[in-house]
Amino acid sequence: MSQTEKETPKLNTKRLRGVEVQFEDYAPGLARVLPDGVLSAINAVFYGWQKLGILRYIFAGIMLAAIALPLGPAKDEVLVRTGFYMLAALGLNVVVGLAGLLDLGYVAFFMIGSYTVALFTESNATAHPAILDPWLILPIAVVVAMVTGLLLGTPTLRLRGDYLAIVTLGFHEIVRQTARNLSVVNGSRGVTSIPHPDFSIFGKSVEFGVLDPQKYWFVLCVFIVIALFIVQRIKDSRIGRSWEAIREDEVAASAMGIPVVKMKLYAFAIGASTSGLAGWALATKVGFISPNNFPLLSSILVLCAVVIGGIGSSLGALLGAALVFGLPELLRDIGAETILGFDVQTGRIAIFGFLLVVMMIFRPGGLISSSRRRAELSSGGDIAADSTAPGIPGES
Amino acid sequence: MEGFRYTLAAFAVQSGGYEGVNCNTAALGDLIVTGITLGSVYALIALGYTMVYGVLKLINFAHDSIFMIGAAAAYYLFVVWFGWTEEVSGIGLIVLTLVGLMFSALASGGAALTLERLAYRPLRRRGAARLSFLIAAVGASFFVTYLFQQEFLLGTAEHNFGSFMPSTPIFEVIGSPLNRPRLLLILGAVVMFIVLDRFVRTTRTGRSIRAVSEDIDAARMMGVNVDRVVATTFFIGGFFGGIAGFLYALVFRKVAWNLGFIPGIKAFTSAVLGGIGNLRGAVLGGLLLGLIENLSTICIGSEWRNVVAFSVLVLVLIFRPTGVLGEGLAK
Repeated sequence: MSQTEKETPKLNTKRLRGVEVQFEDYAPGLARVLPDGVLSAINAVFYGWQKLGILRYIFAGIMLAAIALPLGPAKDEVLVRTGFYMLAALGLNVVVGLAGLLDLGYVAFFMIGSYTVALFTESNATAHPAILDPWLILPIAVVVAMVTGLLLGTPTLRLRGDYLAIVTLGFHEIVRQTARNLSVVNGSRGVTSIPHPDFSIFGKSVEFGVLDPQKYWFVLCVFIVIALFIVQRIKDSRIGRSWEAIREDEVAASAMGIPVVKMKLYAFAIGASTSGLAGWALATKVGFISPNNFPLLSSILVLCAVVIGGIGSSLGALLGAALVFGLPELLRDIGAETILGFDVQTGRIAIFGFLLVVMMIFRPGGLISSSRRRAELSSGGDIAADSTAPGIPGES
Repeated sequence: MEGFRYTLAAFAVQSGGYEGVNCNTAALGDLIVTGITLGSVYALIALGYTMVYGVLKLINFAHDSIFMIGAAAAYYLFVVWFGWTEEVSGIGLIVLTLVGLMFSALASGGAALTLERLAYRPLRRRGAARLSFLIAAVGASFFVTYLFQQEFLLGTAEHNFGSFMPSTPIFEVIGSPLNRPRLLLILGAVVMFIVLDRFVRTTRTGRSIRAVSEDIDAARMMGVNVDRVVATTFFIGGFFGGIAGFLYALVFRKVAWNLGFIPGIKAFTSAVLGGIGNLRGAVLGGLLLGLIENLSTICIGSEWRNVVAFSVLVLVLIFRPTGVLGEGLAK
């Protein structure tokens, strides 16, 4: 391999803390084409945005929530359905993008969150350990998903990354088949009449109807912003830097005294709990869940969202989820039956699968990727490998 | 508190725990034979996972769709194109079987080769990270599988594979009738394994495969054409997957776009169970998993068999991640 091909984008160490990101970091090609004035204007916006500090998250939330206002109820419905997966993608991005662990059964935790709601509310599951308000179940669902994640992760995260991928894949099937075979959650018929998360605040009660997607979207926006805030804060913390180190070189990280398994478990737990939260939201919104709502495919689609959007970038995860889950729905809405001969509903998976391969070859960082992340992904770094297995042999 | 305890008890009862363990050993012979039959399918697929893993240290997630392509090729050849669905005997049976085997094996082998060429080789050239490989493999798997789900290929329906091979039992083993397709599947797995084992151990190409799996850089320095070895490995894996696909269609008489998924993941489990990268381990693991899965239905309902198989995977990884026979193609 020639030297030029091997050369990775130059890193500007001054900006490595992730504090002042410039437009060039995301789209160097576009930045080169744009006139200087436009570029510095964009960068001024970038700069101002980053100076906002914590306020950014509130602004982002308001902007996100505002999307629902001009759209009609039908489009809002699509938005809400996309929103669940946007939230889930944020969590998976921590696992795959930040910690470099390939989780192929991510929606299993989603399912666990959903079924926890079904078990603790007055739904028609046959036995309820206790009947609680949906909002009280929220922490339970999150904790249950997190604990399951820890239980699954503790033995498997010690192994090399490829095993984790297949174990999580198997785990998704275990959870799904278990739900399908357990009479307590009605098996494959699923659970119906899960109550909506009505609540009252300052003596004013807020009720969620079935055809009331806007309120759900606002609730989801709150969740997304909270998740975004937590993820971004952790990313720049000690834990986040440990993840980065582990992703880059596990052996070196371990030698530097980073508790590798513990850090991986943190990532796994954060991912699982976010997924559980999204599951809670889906169950209370839709009111009906069955094992068939959670095919293995959905796990893979969330992964597609994270990878296509920009691995390791929260914004990318949100964008990717919108693209992977929202776009096909919109296309179907406008009456497009097929894209390039592929059925919109089923063929999109073939297209996304193809995109994953192409993306990994030509733009491993995804649509939105900082130059830093791109550099890592193309460096031949031994991501998620154990101490003995060498990386995929390159043409070194 | 009392009420809560009661509901918990009710919860436990309704979860199915009250029936107690109820073992039914009446069909033991059948279960063993079915276990070995399924185990042979797993073993044949597992050989593909293990070969590629041995050389590249990569789990080829797309291998399940390679297996499916083998079954789909048989369906196209026998049902769609030529309509050879009537039962034949004698020389005709042997000829058709051999034609089917070769066609499926070459179709799958070709698909695996294409996959290596278009997806994995560019990634290797670029020195991509492991994560990129895994994601690309998952993408490739879903691309191929859902491509076949489209109407212009298999479509969403499950097709009957009206087989040319009579399925009447020819003799009984341990009280269970065995028919030709099943016998062929079991014998096929054994013969193919022996051929592959000899091939890897004795031939020149086999030696280069072992060398690459031992140390890729050293092998390259010794003049081994690594690209060719990798391509050969993918082809052999695909070839075996295709044979497994053909025999699977022959035994279970149905072909569908998603038939690869469950056997694929179980075959992977088998490879890990026996020791990934180890040819003998793949076969041993396949047979073990087939037996465990089927014998578990004696005591647990058969709807739990997939759960049992995947739990085996998790347990193996916890207690003996290197598998029963240990890792390594060179061993």
